[in-house]
Amino acid sequence: MLQDKDRIFTNLYGMYSPELDAARKRGAWHLTKEMLDLGPDWLCDQIKASGLRGRGGAGFPTGLKWTFMPKEVRDRPHYLVVNADESEPGTCKDREIMRHDPHLLIEGCMVASRAMRAHKCYVYIRGEYIAERHALEKAVKEAYEARLIGQNNLNGWDFDLYVHHGAGAYICGEETALLESLEGKKGQPRLKPPFPANAGLYGCPTTVNNVESIAVVPTILRRGAQWFAGFGRPNNSGTKLFCISGHVNKPCNVEEEMSVTFRELIETHCGGIRGGWDNLKAVIPGGSSVPMVPAEQIMDAYMDFDTLRDLKSGLGTAAVIVMDKQTDLIKAIARLAYFYKHESCGQCTPCREGTGWMWRVMERMVRGEATHDEIDTLLDVTKQVEGHTICALGDAAAWPIQGLIRHFRHEIEERINRYRAPRAFVQGATVAAE
Amino acid sequence: MALRRFDIEAGGHSFAFKPETEEKIAFWRGKYPADKQRSAVIPLLWLAQKDNGGWLSEPAMRVVADMLEMPYIRVYEVATFYTMFRLQPVGKFHIQLCGTTPCQLRGAESLKEVCTREIGKAMYVTDDQRLSWEEVECLGACTNAPMAQINDDYFEDLTAESLGQIISRLRNGADVTPGPQVDRVNSAPEGGTSVLSDPKLFDGSRNSLSALPNLPKPPGPATPEATGQPAADAPTNTKREEPSSKDIKS
Repeated sequence: MLQDKDRIFTNLYGMYSPELDAARKRGAWHLTKEMLDLGPDWLCDQIKASGLRGRGGAGFPTGLKWTFMPKEVRDRPHYLVVNADESEPGTCKDREIMRHDPHLLIEGCMVASRAMRAHKCYVYIRGEYIAERHALEKAVKEAYEARLIGQNNLNGWDFDLYVHHGAGAYICGEETALLESLEGKKGQPRLKPPFPANAGLYGCPTTVNNVESIAVVPTILRRGAQWFAGFGRPNNSGTKLFCISGHVNKPCNVEEEMSVTFRELIETHCGGIRGGWDNLKAVIPGGSSVPMVPAEQIMDAYMDFDTLRDLKSGLGTAAVIVMDKQTDLIKAIARLAYFYKHESCGQCTPCREGTGWMWRVMERMVRGEATHDEIDTLLDVTKQVEGHTICALGDAAAWPIQGLIRHFRHEIEERINRYRAPRAFVQGATVAAE
Repeated sequence: MALRRFDIEAGGHSFAFKPETEEKIAFWRGKYPADKQRSAVIPLLWLAQKDNGGWLSEPAMRVVADMLEMPYIRVYEVATFYTMFRLQPVGKFHIQLCGTTPCQLRGAESLKEVCTREIGKAMYVTDDQRLSWEEVECLGACTNAPMAQINDDYFEDLTAESLGQIISRLRNGADVTPGPQVDRVNSAPEGGTSVLSDPKLFDGSRNSLSALPNLPKPPGPATPEATGQPAADAPTNTKREEPSSKDIKS
């Protein structure tokens, strides 16, 4: 278990004040000027050395991403955009950072902006997080008043931070859709290339990072890259906020080290599985977009990028959705299929039409009103959606269904059999009961 | 995709922002470069929705479009794309019930029944204009599932009973308390947590560091760190090391 002294988010549960004075006592805004003075190369090298991988789902090395920005500012200003559009079902970690530890985020934004030679940063927060937005706005105001950020601030790097909000579109968590939305358009993803580092917000060089990736940066620099790299297995280093929901006794958010085993995570923080470990059926380990993993494979698996990738799933946002044996898995996945149908932006045909089609078939499979070969047809359609769209929403819609069919095909088949074969018997039973 | 249409009839012919909203409009417009004012369309539509009793009418969209010098169709596009813009009237208290899988696993369906029983079908506004409800997609409070958002506030860890009580209090004009409806602090485990109990985290001890570690050295041969890979002998979770004492001056 991660020890208290190694925790980055010390006010995760909001037990203490989120205000500047209290945040400073917890270590925020300490030695910030010294970090900024060391310049972009040192900052990028340190973050690369720490092994920090993006916390928004894809797990791309953060330090490397920063180096994609042009090495000097020419006619176009550089922008940092922070992705706080936390909409992946199961995920609720950035919310805690914004409402309880906002100063870590603001400080991180400033340091990251220095590393990519940006003077302006937008934080795109999802529209539903109204209280969180107000908390963040309040902290930004405090930082301006204390002259920690702004023009001619005490830290010596001119820096403006603006909070922007969305209005309830999951797709705006995709970085180019987020930029479109920030420009006041429908949130439909852009074709890449050009990548945002060349032409992002308002056509200027831009880097989009997740809230957690940015908020951990100042602490990494203060404590040393090797400290952060010391947690977890190689290539999966650091600490991570896990959001555990579903059928555990006590669902919660918690910061743990990477590569903690699933069993330890649940036993230490969540009071075990509802009905005991024998009652565990399947786990979606990284937010709704990754395929599920059946109980026997996940129980003692390491919770990190590489282990879960080898299990044909992924760490994603580390949103662990636990399902016990009383769960109707087909129904749970059908609900996710509805989610993706609802959230498809409508730009690419395979996704716009495919998500609706997959959802309708899934709804029939919940009732068992299908034939056996439709399972293969469904699998085939998921393969046709996957990889044939501009953004990853098509893949995200396909993977949960593929995961279900891969591991629990027998359940779908049984339900079809039950629906088709004993109809007469059921009718007879009804009559008898009357 | 969600199919969404305007309610032209209920929208009337005109809309004006409340005088006290002007300040907020200026605040939002001030965030974007002078030639990129279009960026403010979502925040301004949101303010318009607030001033219009919780939903967005077509005249309100036109007012925003004129303000930002945008073609009307570009604003219509935005208003129909984003599902938080409600295109038909809602009650004074609009309940947005999360129905996505993490909430469904913990009983969101029974909450839907409560809403249907107490209020009516989705998007129906009660006769006293006080209540309406709809099912929405993940609201991002999954460790506190099942939950609902009522106007601006999150109500978490709901049960059929507690949601029923909240609805009846709203109907009678009584106050309700947002946040978790069971014994827990925000997203901490129910009944308290053992982590984050070390007082040294909160008394300023973390500021004892007087210099940053890993300051740049004079140029030399490339170290494993510089290549972006952790060193091969990097400690794992079985042999974790604290920063050496010379880095910290107490």
